[in-house]
Amino acid sequence: MNEIVVPRDEASWIPWPTAWPEGLTRVPYWVFQDQRVYADEQRLIFQGPNWHYLALEVELAEPGDFLTTQVGDTPVIVTRDTDNEIYAFENRCAHRGALICLKNRAKHRKDFSCVYHAWNYDPQGNLTGVALKDGIKGKGGMPDSFKMEQHGPRKLRIALVHGLIFGSFSEDVPPIEEYLGEEIMTRIERVLGGRTPAVLGRFTQVLPNNWKLYIENVKDSYHASILHLFFTTFELNRLSQKGGIIVDESGGHHVSYSAIDPEAAKDVDYAKQQIRSESEYKLADPTLLQGFDEYHDGVTLQILSVFPTFVLQQIQNAIAVRQIVPRAIDKTDLNWTYLGFADDTPEQRLTRLKQANLVGPAGYISMEDGCVGGFVQRGISGASSNRAVLEMGGAEATSSESRVTEASVRGFWKAYRANMGL
Amino acid sequence: MNGNLLQYITQAQADYARCIDDDRLEEWPNLFHGPCLYKITTSSNYRDGLEAGIVFANSRGMLTDRVSALRDANIYERQSYRHILGQPSILSEDGAMVSSETSFMVARIMQDGETSIYATGRYFDVYEIDGAAAKLHQRTVVCDSSRIDTLLALPL
Repeated sequence: MNEIVVPRDEASWIPWPTAWPEGLTRVPYWVFQDQRVYADEQRLIFQGPNWHYLALEVELAEPGDFLTTQVGDTPVIVTRDTDNEIYAFENRCAHRGALICLKNRAKHRKDFSCVYHAWNYDPQGNLTGVALKDGIKGKGGMPDSFKMEQHGPRKLRIALVHGLIFGSFSEDVPPIEEYLGEEIMTRIERVLGGRTPAVLGRFTQVLPNNWKLYIENVKDSYHASILHLFFTTFELNRLSQKGGIIVDESGGHHVSYSAIDPEAAKDVDYAKQQIRSESEYKLADPTLLQGFDEYHDGVTLQILSVFPTFVLQQIQNAIAVRQIVPRAIDKTDLNWTYLGFADDTPEQRLTRLKQANLVGPAGYISMEDGCVGGFVQRGISGASSNRAVLEMGGAEATSSESRVTEASVRGFWKAYRANMGL
Repeated sequence: MNGNLLQYITQAQADYARCIDDDRLEEWPNLFHGPCLYKITTSSNYRDGLEAGIVFANSRGMLTDRVSALRDANIYERQSYRHILGQPSILSEDGAMVSSETSFMVARIMQDGETSIYATGRYFDVYEIDGAAAKLHQRTVVCDSSRIDTLLALPL
């Protein structure tokens, strides 16, 4: 609809300044620095055959509820219509391209009207009215050849997974079950299946780095117990705990998990290696970490990512979803939504509020992730032709019982390159 | 009486701001009294009644832990704040307990000198008036913006 496809000039597009190295163990730094790469990502990944997290179903609980979000750079409106179905469409008027909706979220909305010339849309994104369409007193107005049904913002396909709403601009994206695969689906179900989430808070952390540096960080189980001292000392995430990582067939989705293993609690590997993480650190108020057994499987941590930009987090009883939105080459919005569940007791809810201190912009075990991407972005300045080294755990991008690996980071680049044709 | 009240609260708030801006974080938990409550949230969460905070502490021990983590565990670039406070408004009085609202602006100064307006917002405080002093029992920091640049390390 009103869309001109500009073919990419393959011959003239040469990644600057060097081609991508062979294999998965090297990542050229220009991929975090080049405006052309950013533009291609928008087209090939964010508009391409992928599923993008939009919102939680519970945020659109009733017909007439809506919210606005972004799929990459593209503004999107997500609604629940009177047929109780979820819809999403571009937040772009079909007339002259203005935003149709300026609010973040609200209720009881029957239609959307562009402020510029009052072109009107129903909650499914259909153009239903054009102001002064027939002119005034027989003069002016749109020509007879103008048909409203031929104009409208692009609509997204919608998929629902255990209360998560995903959308895609692509007609070619596989069904979500196939896209995620059984292992990832099962791990989402473990956290959200059959439960009604309750939003406890929303915060945006503005990261001073390329979006892919944050994704790498999320998928990097190697750094967790080295950069984050708090995590390690309280045995939330010792690499010697039992656990592992799951990397799906595409490489793009992953799960990193760990579980209590009393046998490994006295492990001395860290002391031997004199890693910074070794210290005596005691809480004045240990109730912070006194959670409740929510999942009955001993798993204290499960970080799950869906390509390209979605994270589902369980850290003890701190449950959250994270949406990553690129804003510029070196600027990224990280949207946190902290969750509880509708059937939480008051004590359980208080536990979640306390454990929220672990995560988010001021999180004991996550605040470093807000700055470390910026350290890379600044560090690689002037080193576009150099490369990152990703050899921890080998050269493959497969599931592993060890978390001392960069397999899921390599997996991201495998999926990224497949999407980008690199 | 009201004039004195404002004076006591203004003094307590000035002491609080100096404590953080002077990097005397170890003294920060001692500025809270009674059943301590400290929370940082945003105006949209506050308006919508969403409970979670960016920082949430319901004991002075949790404040002490926050300081210990900042000193010994967490990694962040050296930075300092400069708090600029507005005049407190008394919202209500109930015996010795007084609620107030005070606007603030906090500039963040990075180690290379880069200075930015890091946060603006309101303090919703509850004080106990004890003699000629206002003792802080609760502080809810409501930031105007939902966007936090890079990370929030030092308390507001």
